Amino acid sequence: MEFSILTLCYLIGSVTFIIGLKMLSNPATARRGNLIAAVGMTIAIIGTIFLYRDEDSGEKLHNYLWIFGGLIIGGIIGTLAAKKVKMTAMPEMVSLFNGMGGACAALISIIEFGHYAHAGFKNSIQEAYEAGDQIDDAVLSLGVQTGVLITIFAGLIIGSVSFAGSMIAWGKLNGKIKDFAFKGQHIVNQVILVTILALSTYIIYRIKISVGSTDDAPEVPLNITGISLLFYGVLALSLLYGVLFVMPIGGADMPVVISLLNSFTGVAAACGGFLYDNKVMLTGGILVGAAGTLLTILMCKAMNRSLLNVLIGSFGGGNKPAG
Amino acid sequence: MEAVLKWLSDSQQIIYIVILMIFVGIEVIGRVPSVLHTPLMSGANAIHGVVIIGAIIVMGKAESDNYVALILGFLAVILGTLNVVGGFVVTDRMLEMFKSKKK
Repeated sequence: MEFSILTLCYLIGSVTFIIGLKMLSNPATARRGNLIAAVGMTIAIIGTIFLYRDEDSGEKLHNYLWIFGGLIIGGIIGTLAAKKVKMTAMPEMVSLFNGMGGACAALISIIEFGHYAHAGFKNSIQEAYEAGDQIDDAVLSLGVQTGVLITIFAGLIIGSVSFAGSMIAWGKLNGKIKDFAFKGQHIVNQVILVTILALSTYIIYRIKISVGSTDDAPEVPLNITGISLLFYGVLALSLLYGVLFVMPIGGADMPVVISLLNSFTGVAAACGGFLYDNKVMLTGGILVGAAGTLLTILMCKAMNRSLLNVLIGSFGGGNKPAG
Repeated sequence: MEAVLKWLSDSQQIIYIVILMIFVGIEVIGRVPSVLHTPLMSGANAIHGVVIIGAIIVMGKAESDNYVALILGFLAVILGTLNVVGGFVVTDRMLEMFKSKKK
């Protein structure tokens, strides 16, 4: 019963996000739309805290003290920061908050990966069954699903790129970070991106052949410390990519970049939705991912430029970004 | 090939949601006037703060002696809350300014 109330909470949350976004795109209703989305978010969060049950064990969440501590600290800092900020500094504040969301998504991936690494990338299912007169305990061990790993990596990579990029965008907007580009930077960027993808694929493949999802798969011993180190390597490279991605882009183009990173974080949030089979995270994340991408394109159009032009505009040398 | 098909049928519900949400997202903000670009970006920013739910779940599942997970999860909850609360408040302030300017 409680769990189905939670489903209702998530449904309300998803619907309010859609309505909120719709109302936000009209000047007359924008403020109310924001409020509606906020109410939906509150319902979803409170529902999660009190009604969430683990699917396998049916356990409730614990560590309430930590959860509420985090909520209160984050809430106070967030409100104060948002209230105190000068009107002219609004975009950089958005960028900062966007980065926080990205970091949050990346942290979730890190914790989940650590969890699986601790269990040797296997899900154990303990079952007691009766055979004859005796009751036996059997532990069923299954390899972690590849889909789960892919989701964890996607959340990690997108989240940390968004975090690092947003921090740079924030620094640029308040003038702490200067534009910085070196020759061949876009090549370096692409090399990093390919390395990230290759490394992730390798790790996932390595885990897959070691734990195997079928019984007759050959068991290759897995060096968990090594795999974890590689995982942190992916994290470091993603952060570096985020920095290098935003570094060369001119300050005047920052709103476009922030909007793009915003949609990245949306996708990262959706990865969390896949991971926990959580519909509100999924809908909210994808919604923002799609709307954010379109918004980015619209913003470029408003400046009479193409997205590609904004992103690589500073490389040509002759084509200086406006402003 | 078989694995792909199996994955498709196992997760078809999610795939449908993703596809529909992409269209909804595009449709919903399709005709936004350019003055509203920044507030809309900020509002969308607050909405992707739903990631906090993931942080809460991760935090609530962590064993109480696993300090690394606890501290990282705690951090994730704080950052997620910052995203949600800050995002909505900033959007509201932007729109407030918007309204008074118009009058």
